[in-house]
Amino acid sequence: MAEPVGFFTDTSVCIGCKACEVACKEWNQLEGNKPQFLDSFDNTGALDAQNWRHVQFYDRVPDAPAVEGNGHAWLMMSDVCKHCQVASCMEVCPTGAIVRTEFNTVFIQQDVCNGCRYCISACPFGVIGFNANTGTVHKCTFCYDRLQNNLMPACAKACPTQSIQFGPLSEMQKKADARLAQLHMQGVTQASLYGRDDKVYGGLSAFFLLMDKPEAYGLPNAQNAVLPRRNNRGGYLGGFFTAVVGVVASLVAFRNHRMAEGTSGKGGAAAGRSR
Amino acid sequence: MAEHFIQPPHWEWYILVYFFVAGLAGGSYALGTLLRFSGNPDNEAVARAAFRIALPLLIICPIVLILDLGQPGRFWHMLIDTTPGQTGLIFHNWSPMSVGTWALLIFGFFALVSFLEARALDQRVRGALGGTIVRVLSGGFGLLFNAIGALFGLFIASYTGVLLSVSNQPVWSDTWTLGGLFLVSGLSGSAALLSLSAHAQAGGGNADARVRRADGYFAVMEIVLIVLFFITLGAAGTLPRVLAMPWLILWLIVVVSLVPPLMGLAGGRQAGPAGGMAAGASGSGMATAALVLVGILALRAVVIFSAQI
Repeated sequence: MAEPVGFFTDTSVCIGCKACEVACKEWNQLEGNKPQFLDSFDNTGALDAQNWRHVQFYDRVPDAPAVEGNGHAWLMMSDVCKHCQVASCMEVCPTGAIVRTEFNTVFIQQDVCNGCRYCISACPFGVIGFNANTGTVHKCTFCYDRLQNNLMPACAKACPTQSIQFGPLSEMQKKADARLAQLHMQGVTQASLYGRDDKVYGGLSAFFLLMDKPEAYGLPNAQNAVLPRRNNRGGYLGGFFTAVVGVVASLVAFRNHRMAEGTSGKGGAAAGRSR
Repeated sequence: MAEHFIQPPHWEWYILVYFFVAGLAGGSYALGTLLRFSGNPDNEAVARAAFRIALPLLIICPIVLILDLGQPGRFWHMLIDTTPGQTGLIFHNWSPMSVGTWALLIFGFFALVSFLEARALDQRVRGALGGTIVRVLSGGFGLLFNAIGALFGLFIASYTGVLLSVSNQPVWSDTWTLGGLFLVSGLSGSAALLSLSAHAQAGGGNADARVRRADGYFAVMEIVLIVLFFITLGAAGTLPRVLAMPWLILWLIVVVSLVPPLMGLAGGRQAGPAGGMAAGASGSGMATAALVLVGILALRAVVIFSAQI
C-alpha cells in the first residue's frame, strides 16, 4: 500500500482564477458543460460528471465601506471530491464499482459501474454526476493515473497561489495546522479546518481551511455529516412493524366473518388448496 | 434541522413504475398467502387470483429497473462481482439496492412457482409440470412455501422505501416511515386488485367483502404512517418541500383515494356480514380500485419527485 495522499485546499489564498478547473478538464479530457452566466464569477455551477473541480464564489462585499483589515469581501473555494475515509458513495454502491485505492483515495471503476446512480443520492457533498454518454457516474479520481506515475494531480500542479496543496496526508495535515495557527495569530479567528480531523466522515483526504462556517461554502457541518446507513435500522424496523400489523389486520379481516357466513373452514389452511 | 447539499439522482418514471408494481406484486403474493392461511376455503379462489396477479406484475420490475440503468447491459453487475481480480457473487447487506436485487431474484422464484401452481389448480397448466407442482405444494409444505414467499413479497413491497431513506437526499433521508408507508400502500393496492377479481368471480362476494375490509384496515394504517411521515419531515425542516405545489395536488389525490376503503370499512360494520358490502360495491368496484391505485401512484410520485427538485 502506497502512502495515503491528501489535498489541503487553503481557501484564504484562493484567487478564483479557475486554473484548477482548466487543468482538471485538460488532463482528464473532460469536455465540460456549456458555460452558464450565474451569480458572481461562477460559470460552472456545480460539481458533476464534467466538472471535477469547481471554484465557488460567495459574494460577501459589505454594504459599509471596507476598513483596514476588513478584506473579507469574497469567499472562494476550489471544491472537489473529499475522498472521505468513510464514504457514503462506497457504502450504498451495489456493484462494488466504487473502491478505495492504494493511495487511500476513492475511485469509481468505469468498467464496473452500471449507472444506477445510488451514489449520487448518497454523496452529501453533491460531488458525483451522471454522464449520459458513458452511462456511468463520474467524479474526481485524484488523478489516479498521475499518482501511479509519481505525478502531482493536475489541479494542484496548476494552482498559482498554492491554495491547492498536494502531498502525503500526514504532511498536509501538519501544513494545515501550521497555517491555521498562523491565521489565528494574525487575528483571523474565523478560520477553521474542515475535514482535518475525523469529525466529518472519519476525516477527508481532500480537506479545507475555511474562512467561514462550513455551511457558507455548501458543506455539511459535523452534525449534518451523516452516513446513509444510519437509516437502515429505522427503515427496516418501520417496514417490519408495519408488516406485522398488516398481517394481523389481514388475518382478522379474512377470518372474522366465518361464523356469520356459516362456512366451516375446519379443514385448516390447506383445505381449500384442491382442484 | 437537517441541511442538505446534494445532487438528485434523477430517479424518475421508470423508478416510479417500479415502486408501484413492486408494491402490488409483493402485496398480492402476501395477501394470497394470508387468504390461504385464513383457513377459509372460499378464500381459495381469490388467493389463486393473487398468485396469478403477482408474477406478471413482478416481471415488469426488472424490465423497468434495467431500462433505468445508464448501462442496461451491465445489470448483472448487481449480482456478480466484476471488479478486476475479484470473483463470485456480490452482496452488500448495508446497501438496500444490493439486498433488494437479491430479494427480487428470490421472490421471482416463489412468484413463478405459485403462479404455475395456481394455474394448475385451475386446470390451466396440464401435464407433468403442473401435476408435480401441485403434488409437491399440497399440505404443509405448500403453506411453508407460500409463507416464505410472502416474507419476500412483503420485503419487496417495503424495501423500496428503505432504499430511498438510506441516502442523504432531503425528504427521503429525513424519515424512517417510507418502508412502512410503501408497504401498506402496496397492500392496499393489492387488496383493491383482489377485490375486483373476487367480485368478478361467481360467489366471490364473501371473499370480496373480506378483502375490502382488509383494505379498510390498510387505509387506517396508511393514514397513521402519513401523519408520522409529516411529523418526521417537520422535525427535519423539509415538510414544506413536500407540501408545495404541485405536490399538494398529489396529496389531495392520496387523501381522496383513501376514502373508499375507509367507507367500505365503516359500511361493512354497519351492514354486518359481507353481503351488504359486496352488494354495495357492484356498481363502483372498478372505479374504486382505480382510485386506490391512482392514490398509490400519487403517493410514490410525491415522495420520489419532491425530493429531487
